[in-house]
Amino acid sequence: MADTSPLELQTIIERLDHWLNVEFSGLKTGEHAVVIAALEREQQEYLLARVQRIASANIQLAYQFIIHAIRVLDTIDHPALDVWIAKTMDTYDQHGLHQAMETVRTVDEFVRLRQKRAGAAIFEQVCGVLSHFVHGLPGRQLQLRAGEQCYTDTETIYLPPLIDWLASTQDNFLIYKCLIACHWAQIHYGTFREPLAPYLQESRNPEQFLNLFQAFESARVEAWLERELPGLYRTLQRLRGELGEVYDEQWRGLSHALREPVAQASDSLQLTQRYLDTIEPPRNSLFYGPIQPDSVQETIERRKEKQKSRFRQLLRNLIRQFQESDDEASLADRLKAQSGHGGHKDGGNEWQLTLNEEPIALPQEARSLLTSIVQDIGYLPDDYLRPAGPDEYEPELSQEPLSDPDDPTLRASETGVYRYREWDFRRQQYRKNWCAVREYPVTPVYDDFYCRTLDKYRGVIRQLRKSFEAMRDEQRRLKREAHGDDVDLDALVEALADSHDGGELADRLFTRLQHAERDIAVMFMVDMSGSTRGWVNEAEREALILLAEALQTLGDRYAIYGFSGMARERCEIYPVKKFGEDYDAQVRARIGGIQPGDYTRMGAAIRHLSGILNRQEAHSRILITLSDGKPDDYDNYRGQYGIEDTRRAVLEARHHGIHPYCITIDKEARAYLPHLYGPACYTLVREVAELPCKISEIYRRLTS
Amino acid sequence: MSVVSILKPEECYVREEPFYQPVGDEVAVFEAAYREKLPVLVKGPTGCGKTRFMEYMAWRLERPLITVSCHDDLTAPDLVGRYLVKGGETAWVDGPLASAVRAGGICYLDEIVEARKDTMVVIHPLADDRRVLPVEKRGELIEAPDEFCLAMSYNPGYQGVLKDLKQSTRQRFVALEFDYPAQALETAIIVRETGIDEATADRLVRFAHMTRNLKGSGLDEGASTRLLVHAARLMRSGISPTTACHTAIAQALTDDGEMVSAVNELSSSLF
Repeated sequence: MADTSPLELQTIIERLDHWLNVEFSGLKTGEHAVVIAALEREQQEYLLARVQRIASANIQLAYQFIIHAIRVLDTIDHPALDVWIAKTMDTYDQHGLHQAMETVRTVDEFVRLRQKRAGAAIFEQVCGVLSHFVHGLPGRQLQLRAGEQCYTDTETIYLPPLIDWLASTQDNFLIYKCLIACHWAQIHYGTFREPLAPYLQESRNPEQFLNLFQAFESARVEAWLERELPGLYRTLQRLRGELGEVYDEQWRGLSHALREPVAQASDSLQLTQRYLDTIEPPRNSLFYGPIQPDSVQETIERRKEKQKSRFRQLLRNLIRQFQESDDEASLADRLKAQSGHGGHKDGGNEWQLTLNEEPIALPQEARSLLTSIVQDIGYLPDDYLRPAGPDEYEPELSQEPLSDPDDPTLRASETGVYRYREWDFRRQQYRKNWCAVREYPVTPVYDDFYCRTLDKYRGVIRQLRKSFEAMRDEQRRLKREAHGDDVDLDALVEALADSHDGGELADRLFTRLQHAERDIAVMFMVDMSGSTRGWVNEAEREALILLAEALQTLGDRYAIYGFSGMARERCEIYPVKKFGEDYDAQVRARIGGIQPGDYTRMGAAIRHLSGILNRQEAHSRILITLSDGKPDDYDNYRGQYGIEDTRRAVLEARHHGIHPYCITIDKEARAYLPHLYGPACYTLVREVAELPCKISEIYRRLTS
Repeated sequence: MSVVSILKPEECYVREEPFYQPVGDEVAVFEAAYREKLPVLVKGPTGCGKTRFMEYMAWRLERPLITVSCHDDLTAPDLVGRYLVKGGETAWVDGPLASAVRAGGICYLDEIVEARKDTMVVIHPLADDRRVLPVEKRGELIEAPDEFCLAMSYNPGYQGVLKDLKQSTRQRFVALEFDYPAQALETAIIVRETGIDEATADRLVRFAHMTRNLKGSGLDEGASTRLLVHAARLMRSGISPTTACHTAIAQALTDDGEMVSAVNELSSSLF
């Protein structure tokens, strides 16, 4: 049985002195060793192992670690402590010793945050679901962003980065949901339709005015929530109760009239003016950030002109379709806007246009513009209904930039540079023209690699060829089929003869034309990052040789590109074999010349290569990524950021009709690959050595 | 045990009036095209009532309706016909298209883009003013009677770049575009189709609109009228609204975990 008694003080001192090299560093370990000696054996081993690990990087850092770790050991569990260590080491790698020491010293803050986060909902983790949620709600598409203060400017809702108001994560998530719904309701049901600036200027106490207005408005929009989203309203009420937010009866009485569907923001304004000096507003609700009149006004003003001009443009196109004379005077009589449901449903936000009293179907863009305009103004003013004149075109005002930054034809002035966007999951938007991709030639290496590989896998290659041959396409007429297009006369004659002899009439009497054309184009995207150095790289190259040999028999069109790079301005793509190029000695030498480079910025590589793949005319197009780990790049393209961007790039490829697939040897891949590629679109090869044999098998399964 | 009836294609009359709620002038246009012997292309998103519309028109015009669901293995003989061996002799058997032509019925090719491109070509002579179906194997031309009508459906929304209708095919048809009906109409349809109360139907439709807002930003397609009918049916047999929306709508729309949760949050907000 293992010895579980605590280590002797002397042993501890010896170990620490050795790791911390006290002879030269002059660090004092005795005092700390005493504390460690008093711990249980398990704790001791844990702590000492960490000290040793950190000391291998830096002795001073390890010494600081001992001082602080023994202090917090009781309040923090091991996994959490490990996270702290990892964070420290990352800081050390990236910013040097000075900052890393700071990180060690702030362990108390870390512990505090950690405990706080236990039941919290964290914006970064839930913003995916919440963004879909808010996009599903009617009206203008709103963006979500984390911010210091919770508020909305009518286009973006800013939310706290973390919510821990209640004990359970689920409830805190629901608080996010309610926060979003409340701010959405303010925008949707017209809280911001009346400019507040004049009232605030007049008022002696603008802050009080805003608070009271906000309180009246929340009563009004929540009545809408109760009518339109009753499930959410129930949740809101429950959370309110648990957060201790209650309104007294007096307040209920005052705001009663606002709960009617006919009530408008102007009614709240009147009430605010009337009661400003006589009553205290109830305590600010947690579910509404403070109204920021300036930011709201600025956003609305900026949007209004743009929307008006664009709407009139669209209207002009629409009227042309109906081939109506665009004589303004007569059109004004015939083109009308009406509220969909007499104005009292969904806040009167549903409007439609009628021409000669017939409703007209608006295209998607016009419909969402109309909704957005009505959200801002409350109705569609008559001057919006005047279609734009022929020379009235203000591209700057009326439209978003025409060019799509993703268009590969739109390149930076530098030749040979392809610019691609990148998805920032925190902002929930693309960073335009973010990555610069260049293609570099691979230096061919003419050595015995090819022969060696053939030799090593002789048996495997023969077998592969055989199995691939069986998949080869030909318009073959299959004979003696149970079903088919035509009668197989040979089989029929034989069968009839058999049956005359008293035998059984065979049922396989047809011929069938097999149409299984293999019209496939495949792109192999090979990870050339630094982490593949050594036998991963070797295995990759071997796998490619084997695959290429097998594919020769099959005749599928394929290309091999490597990718690597460092930071967004230096994404590198290495064409090893282009589509249309033959698999010859040069290509083999290039496969042999695949060398590990730096990092893996997968998103940019996927975007670039799916562009190339898309230009191939083929029935199915497959993008196979060969990788050894998570997307990772020097400039923060790691963790969730890298994964989310890669996932986006994969989704984009899929939208273009490409089937993305990933083969990886990363043992931890199960944690993130299903999220990246989808549950059935990846394979995990456990042993590096298996890769060459497995890859062709995977390919065969994938394409047959 | 219920009796399973087996019908020959030419006997496929729609006997009872199917419930179809006209949205615009599609019924009049179809009837005019039918009178003028023009083939019809019905396009629109999935589950918006294309097939129901065809059933309704078949009932209205009192013609048998022969539906062929197209798939990428559908060959020309599958449509036109082939020789089979019966009792030691070969016998010709008409395919559904040939039977429809002979019977003067309505042949409805559902999801036509799924069919192989060379298969689509066999309908070309039927779809222009020749109105004949060549049967190569027998060296025959079947001339379509006046009552015959060719119709096909197609969803322009989610087909890949490669699965598009060829111009030579699409330019032979009168095209009717379908979309999900307006809110009030869609509510009425669900009430009528499932017998659910109007308030719930209204909420379901509003829920559908929310998912349709998500089209393009994570969903390929919003909830169709058909899915709403499914959810309403589940509710009628006692399933709670949130579960019904989850199983009949959210899970049916997507496999993306985040999106399913978001759609569930939307439905739990409404009910």
